[in-house]
Amino acid sequence: MLDVTALDLARFQFAFTVSFHIMFPAFTIGLASYLAVLNGLHLWTGREIYLRLFDYWKIIFAVTFGMGVVSGIVMTYQFGTNWSVFSERAGPVIGPLMAYEVLTAFFLEAGFLGIMLFGRSKVGPKLHFLATLMVAIGTLGSAFWILSANSWMHTPQGAEVNEVGEFVPIDWWAVIFNPSFPYRLVHMVLAAYLTTALVVGAVGGWHLLRNRGDQGARKMFAMAMGMLVVTAPLQILAGDFHGLNTFEHQPAKVAALEGHYETHADGAPLILFGIPDDEAEETRWALQIPNLGSLILTHQWDGTVHGLREWPRDERPPAEIVFWSFRLMVALGFLMLGLGVWAAWARWRGLLYHTPNLFRAAIAMGPTGFVAVIAGWVTTEVGRQPWTVHGQLRTADSVSPIDLPAVAGSLLAFIVVYFVVFGAGTVYILRLMSKRPEAGPPERDVGPIRAAGTTPAPARSRDFIPGE
Amino acid sequence: MELDLAFIGAGVIAFAVLAYVVLDGFDLGVGILFPAIEGETNRGLAMNTVAPVWDGNETWLIMGGGGLLAVFPLAYAVVMPALYVPLIVMLLALIFRGVAFEFRWRSRRKRIWDLSFFGGSLVATFAQGVALGALVQGIAVEDRAYAGGHWDWLTAFSLLTGMALVVGYTLLGSTWLVMKAGGYLHERARQIAWVAGPGTLALIGIVSLVTPFLNPRYFERWFEMPNVLFTVWVPALLLVAAWVFVRGMRRGPDWWPFAASLAMFVLSFIGLGISFYPYIVPPDLTIAETAAPESSLAFVLIGVLLLVPLILAYTGYAYWVFRGKIDPESGYH
Ligand code: HDD
Ligand code: HEM
Ligand code: HEM
Repeated sequence: MLDVTALDLARFQFAFTVSFHIMFPAFTIGLASYLAVLNGLHLWTGREIYLRLFDYWKIIFAVTFGMGVVSGIVMTYQFGTNWSVFSERAGPVIGPLMAYEVLTAFFLEAGFLGIMLFGRSKVGPKLHFLATLMVAIGTLGSAFWILSANSWMHTPQGAEVNEVGEFVPIDWWAVIFNPSFPYRLVHMVLAAYLTTALVVGAVGGWHLLRNRGDQGARKMFAMAMGMLVVTAPLQILAGDFHGLNTFEHQPAKVAALEGHYETHADGAPLILFGIPDDEAEETRWALQIPNLGSLILTHQWDGTVHGLREWPRDERPPAEIVFWSFRLMVALGFLMLGLGVWAAWARWRGLLYHTPNLFRAAIAMGPTGFVAVIAGWVTTEVGRQPWTVHGQLRTADSVSPIDLPAVAGSLLAFIVVYFVVFGAGTVYILRLMSKRPEAGPPERDVGPIRAAGTTPAPARSRDFIPGE
Repeated sequence: MELDLAFIGAGVIAFAVLAYVVLDGFDLGVGILFPAIEGETNRGLAMNTVAPVWDGNETWLIMGGGGLLAVFPLAYAVVMPALYVPLIVMLLALIFRGVAFEFRWRSRRKRIWDLSFFGGSLVATFAQGVALGALVQGIAVEDRAYAGGHWDWLTAFSLLTGMALVVGYTLLGSTWLVMKAGGYLHERARQIAWVAGPGTLALIGIVSLVTPFLNPRYFERWFEMPNVLFTVWVPALLLVAAWVFVRGMRRGPDWWPFAASLAMFVLSFIGLGISFYPYIVPPDLTIAETAAPESSLAFVLIGVLLLVPLILAYTGYAYWVFRGKIDPESGYH
């Protein structure tokens, strides 16, 4: 405890706040698209059920979105408070990308969110659909820019360092479309869709377990499982490509997540499990399949895979963390695929709404998208260590000139506030989810009714809280 | 370079900060005067007048912060650690306030989230005012980094500006409600505005009198010939705004007091700009010194030029959709 530095705490604080933040976008990116689809289907087919599902998920979206916004604002300012040297040096590159995120995405979301949530009766179904679409596009735009910024930190290009140590952009196209960006964007957007599909599927499964005839629950369950069948294999594929890209640009990261300390010039094994030990530079009790590692990474039976010993000790990421986070993510990815395949099979047999164990599995898998997302980010970010800008700026040299008590105090405050506030939010979301999709009248204006001017829809209590 | 990109960039940041202050100012103000509103329904109604637009308003804060990082990375890197405590406090307070919009309707205990809305708004506003005061006071810089201590921001002056902003936002919030609400809420808001209006003007006066003595440069800027020929317009126009406020409160129309309060903020902001220019982090860093490289400035400014008009258009549309007095029948319970 005594040798904890301000740097350690600043790192932990960043990891803590961004881990909370990413869970909200992971859900809202997918949910916004889902809402746009539901709204569009209603407009297209005129069927009541789509509007009902839209209203159901809309409130859950609103609660999640609010938390995403406030946790995101913290991130924007944290670059300055805790990582001021990083901001000063890399600001000319990262800053404009974040500015474009604000200009193209955040304003779009915020501008149309009010109309999407409360304005249906004022603007009519067509414009309301347009507003929903804009919110969905905004969330995707947000992912585009922030992942570009993040990817640039992993695979920087298109900028030069000047005499005061600033990164000066030379070629914006090269900066934005840096080598790891396309992979990370695809992988993360798929992750968001998967996360949402799993949550929607779990809610559908939960209500089907209670009442197999619930039309709303059936619809959402079927839609979610369909989404899962498509996105789960795509995600595994995308993850594989992402890994190959990382192998090319950040080989030390891959060595760490594979658990290789030795260089294998004539075919590396795939280590399934083992205990990496950075001190001793070996992975103990390795359970491995010969040559498979080379086959996956180099697509050759005996391709060379470099081990961590090739890098000086102060340029190695900690294998002890990323080895496990990576395996967790991959294992969950295959479980998701399994669930999707099971559901597809049940559907083919005509048993999709009649297999209670499938419902139970869907419920159990509900939160795994979030877990995989966090595990994936830990892999990526810890694997980049000890650099903030890979190969060019060290984490230790990025931190603000702040002292321990200030960071410790703010960290403590963040931990308490996040758990209390976002904990309460989670409870409210779970309560909303426990409301049956079919029950209740097909209500339009939900939650805080913010109507002004013209006659709004009749006021009606929209709380789903049992017992109120 | 004939076109001074850094200067335009400073204009953009100033615009974003001003947009933030006036827009989020009124919805924070509604939060601050929450306890003065009696009855759960009325509080809900007051909250509903800002609920469809608060997120858009707060986006200007992200634009200010993110924009500063993009256009003046050095200023960002100096100011953020210098204002560490007020900024963290502001961020935490904004969390409590932001979630209240949705949580209030989901909870069995609305009072908790009413309190969270009020407390969050009050603390965030105070912290912003303190941060502003600390910036005006000046920030110690050495070797391209903040060189002061953690409590440098805490002075009588920054506490004064904190208080001034609380009163000012209360004015914005109450005149907003005068404009948007009818019945009880309208009357209550009028009572508050009658106090907050003169209070704001008095505090603007006090802060303006103290500021020139913080730094001799501010003094020269304001009181020496020929500058004074320019600067004298600011207080003169403030008097006009005060007149519009009183007249609007007495005889209407209901949007006059709000417009007058906005004008007071815009004028104070211009006054601040007069004091600051050409510095961005007084007393050491100028706009030119802290500007990002030209390639970054040009890239951001193209985006701003193309997108901000669009943003203003659809944000304006969103306000238009929710125009007019809020209908009390649309109240929640
Ligand atoms: C639902 C979420 C999810 C699922 C099921 C998977 N991933 Fe993933 N993964 C992510 C969510 C994610 C992520 C959160 O989106 C990450 C973190 C950063 C990033 O770019 O994507 C990520 C990062 C990430 C990385 C690190 C990339 C880098 O070096 O920057 C690799 C190699 C993989 N993934 C590979 C896989 C494989 C082979 C999977 C399949 C079995 C897999 N992922 C499933
Ligand atoms: C896209 C935007 C992101 C940027 C620009 C970014 C940047 C950074 C920076 C500057 C640090 C501090 C230096 C460090 O300690 O590594 C960091 C660390 C970290 N980030 Fe990211 N990050 C981003 C997204 C994420 C996300 C979404 C997550 C996961 C939820 C994440 C997880 C982490 C973790 C776990 C660390 C700590 C790693 C360590 O210090 O060992 N990051 N990141
Ligand atoms: C360190 C990095 C990050 C910063 C500084 C950041 C900043 C922000 C901010 C300020 C907001 C609030 C916007 C508003 O007011 O509407 C926000 C929301 C959002 N962010 Fe992040 N963000 C980061 C990482 C990420 C990542 C990695 C993703 C996704 C891949 C992401 C996706 C989103 C989305 C979709 C929203 C809007 C939806 C929501 O609020 O849930 N962000 N972010």
